[in-house]
Amino acid sequence: MKATGFQSVASTFREIKSRAESQWRGLRDGGKSVIMVGAATCGRAAGALEVLQAIKRELKKQKLDCPVVEVGCMGHCYAEPIVTISKPGYPPICYRHVNPVIAERLVREFILGDDPCLEFVLAALEENDLVPSFSDFPRAKFEKKVILKNCGHIDPEQIEHYIANGGYSALAKALQMQPEEIIDEVKRSGLRGRGGAGFPTGQKWEICRNALGKPKYVICNGDEGDPGAFMDRAILESDPHSVLEGMLIAGYAIGARYGYIYVRAEYPLAVRRARIALRQARKLNLLGRNILGSDFSFDIKLFQGSGAFVCGEETALIASLEGEPGIPCYRPPYPATNGLYGKPTVINNVKTLVSISHIVQNGAEWFASVGTERSKGTAVFALAGKVINTGLAEVPMGTTLRQVIFDVGSGIPGGKRFKAVQIGGPSGGCLPESALDLPIDFDSLTDAGAMMGSGGMIVLDEDDCMVEISRYFLEFTQRESCGKCTFCRLGTKQMLEVLAEITKGKGKIEDLDMLSQLAEDIKAGSLCGLGKTAPNPVLSTLRYFRDEYEAHIKEGRCPALMCQELIAYYIVPEKCERSCDACVGTCTVEAISSHPKKRYKIIDQEKCVKCGTCVTSCPPQYNAIVKLSPPGQVPASK
Amino acid sequence: MKTVSLTIDGEKVTARQGEKVLWAALDNGIYIPNLCALRDASEIPAACRLCFVEVEGKEQPVTACTETVEPGMVVNTRGPSALRLARTAFELLMSSHPVDCAHCPANGSCELQKIAHHLGTKLKTRRFRKLLRELPVDSSSPVFIYDPNKCVLCGRCIWICRERLGIGVLGFAHRGFERVVTTFADEPIAESGCRDCGECVVVCPTGALTFKEQ
Repeated sequence: MKATGFQSVASTFREIKSRAESQWRGLRDGGKSVIMVGAATCGRAAGALEVLQAIKRELKKQKLDCPVVEVGCMGHCYAEPIVTISKPGYPPICYRHVNPVIAERLVREFILGDDPCLEFVLAALEENDLVPSFSDFPRAKFEKKVILKNCGHIDPEQIEHYIANGGYSALAKALQMQPEEIIDEVKRSGLRGRGGAGFPTGQKWEICRNALGKPKYVICNGDEGDPGAFMDRAILESDPHSVLEGMLIAGYAIGARYGYIYVRAEYPLAVRRARIALRQARKLNLLGRNILGSDFSFDIKLFQGSGAFVCGEETALIASLEGEPGIPCYRPPYPATNGLYGKPTVINNVKTLVSISHIVQNGAEWFASVGTERSKGTAVFALAGKVINTGLAEVPMGTTLRQVIFDVGSGIPGGKRFKAVQIGGPSGGCLPESALDLPIDFDSLTDAGAMMGSGGMIVLDEDDCMVEISRYFLEFTQRESCGKCTFCRLGTKQMLEVLAEITKGKGKIEDLDMLSQLAEDIKAGSLCGLGKTAPNPVLSTLRYFRDEYEAHIKEGRCPALMCQELIAYYIVPEKCERSCDACVGTCTVEAISSHPKKRYKIIDQEKCVKCGTCVTSCPPQYNAIVKLSPPGQVPASK
Repeated sequence: MKTVSLTIDGEKVTARQGEKVLWAALDNGIYIPNLCALRDASEIPAACRLCFVEVEGKEQPVTACTETVEPGMVVNTRGPSALRLARTAFELLMSSHPVDCAHCPANGSCELQKIAHHLGTKLKTRRFRKLLRELPVDSSSPVFIYDPNKCVLCGRCIWICRERLGIGVLGFAHRGFERVVTTFADEPIAESGCRDCGECVVVCPTGALTFKEQ
């Protein structure tokens, strides 16, 4: 490209940017209160749309004219619906657990009146003297937002918001560089694929750039299928343009003409917002022919996957894109040389692509300064399970599990004890307390028997049975196995059968050796990544929680009191209030009756279906119903 | 034609450049268990996971059907870790295969029997649970009987019917343990456009597809 071309890119983008900035300034400094409602899927599930309506209704009623903006997810999913109000003279304040009634009050008392309703405050976005800000949270010390920088702070359906906040600047910069320079920058940054396996991104791009064959393709892998992982969805819903920008830079670097976003159809909001983003980008000539006046042309199509977990595997994903069944095939050749329609193809995860624009913008050294020796940058985790602050957390690589779970996630609710953390979804493993001080990176997790995976982190406490957890994950992989290769199709089925027997107390001690041998063979012998990692939940629980397996087999006891067939409900006579009939009334199978003389309640173990309703019905001041394991522990009634 | 010389089980053999180890071995009279491999197929299925061999310099056993021959390569088809994987894969296959050889038309010509003999494994696995599928047998064709319960999902019949003959009556359906070779919409074979050529029966390594007695 000639120097004049570079100049035209710079000046074209400068124009676009100044228009976007003035629009953004008009919103922020228009002298009006700005209301932002977190309306990503997590917010919507908690009732954000009702809150949005209530706010609009109340504004109309009070004859107020304030902009109401739908934003994405800030990562504080535990506090959804979140409403952020920026009123002139006040810091921008986030309110938590807002419902329509609180929303109306916020309009009346804060926007119309001058009472910031401190009782509903989550935190302020900026430091101030009035309310604590997010930076005062203990988690702020550990978090570092790069990939999630814009999430929850801009309207994902307005490209101007993204541009005004620095968006597409990296693209403009990249278009003024040589493709090789960009690849070199990405290589030096040490970025590794965020989809789980951690392959060096720059290397993948270089292979693809040097591969023969045209056209080349860029695919964004948004087929997030792990139970408990939701960060790719959150990014596509909250900041779709950041994904497009990453794809554009990737396309320019490898010399591609077309890109595909592969996103699952179960993410309708992500699909909608990505489509809007594509339309807006085309309008500003950030997609299409001669982007920003350069000679680089690139366009992106969105493809909806039908929700097969195995389609996250790159060869299966390509097959699915081509209209074939989503079944993996043997590698090599890798997609970087023989990918979509047999052409060189780069497939990157959503988070990898979002990282790209930050690397181009801030330089490889900046990116490489964050993280550990062999894993650079930040890691995004979806915190779920028995943790107080469920939601998204972005921390530098090398942060310990303890910091993520206890400092960022605020620990375990209900004063329960931490037992394990399941990382990496069905391909990952369960790590015990002794692994909590492990610095998180690709290699340390693999060594410990888990896997970075896509970044799902499910926290388990003392009430979770590890045998049941590994059975659950195996049931998932078994159901999601494509069935092509013997190990995955039949091996996972065998393991599942054995685990199911163990949770029912029918296991044999020899089964444990069989399980671990079979698991090792499946790991070594399977065709694709799904099979190779499917035994991880079993192997890691066998490694760290063998005592629980043995308790199930030898004593018929479930230490966590979770496996239904190995527990019994029992009403402690000394604790039972006797004149209260709460449990009798709620029992769905009429298994509870009163002792003929002493009036305390007795559960007929023959009739009991172990639904647990009686435990919730027993008033907390008595708390008379307990679970016992093995069921034989229930004393005979006198 | 360029050739490559390599060592398989201590024997010096030559093979066409670019050939896969499996064919190099078979052509030289060295048997490696295999079910899904097809010499002429454009795509390697690598699905049955039986042809594991050890290659000097590689940490893990590799599947012979996907491994390209290299000059000076040293292959061991009877290495302990390769045999362990092959045996596990075979036992897994047998765990969902009804073993009733005495009443099976394929008795004697069944490749499963051959593989069991080669690997020194029993046909009835003691290590794993028996997981049968109990699918209905299709005897609608005038020429052959299709018993999906005996199918090992190697895909040879699908390949011959679709790629070689261009008919395409058979295909894979469903996922995971439910995966099965069947016709479009599960129609009886006789109603699915089958031309009764019987080529699928010829390539079937087991008793899943057998000719009707004349």
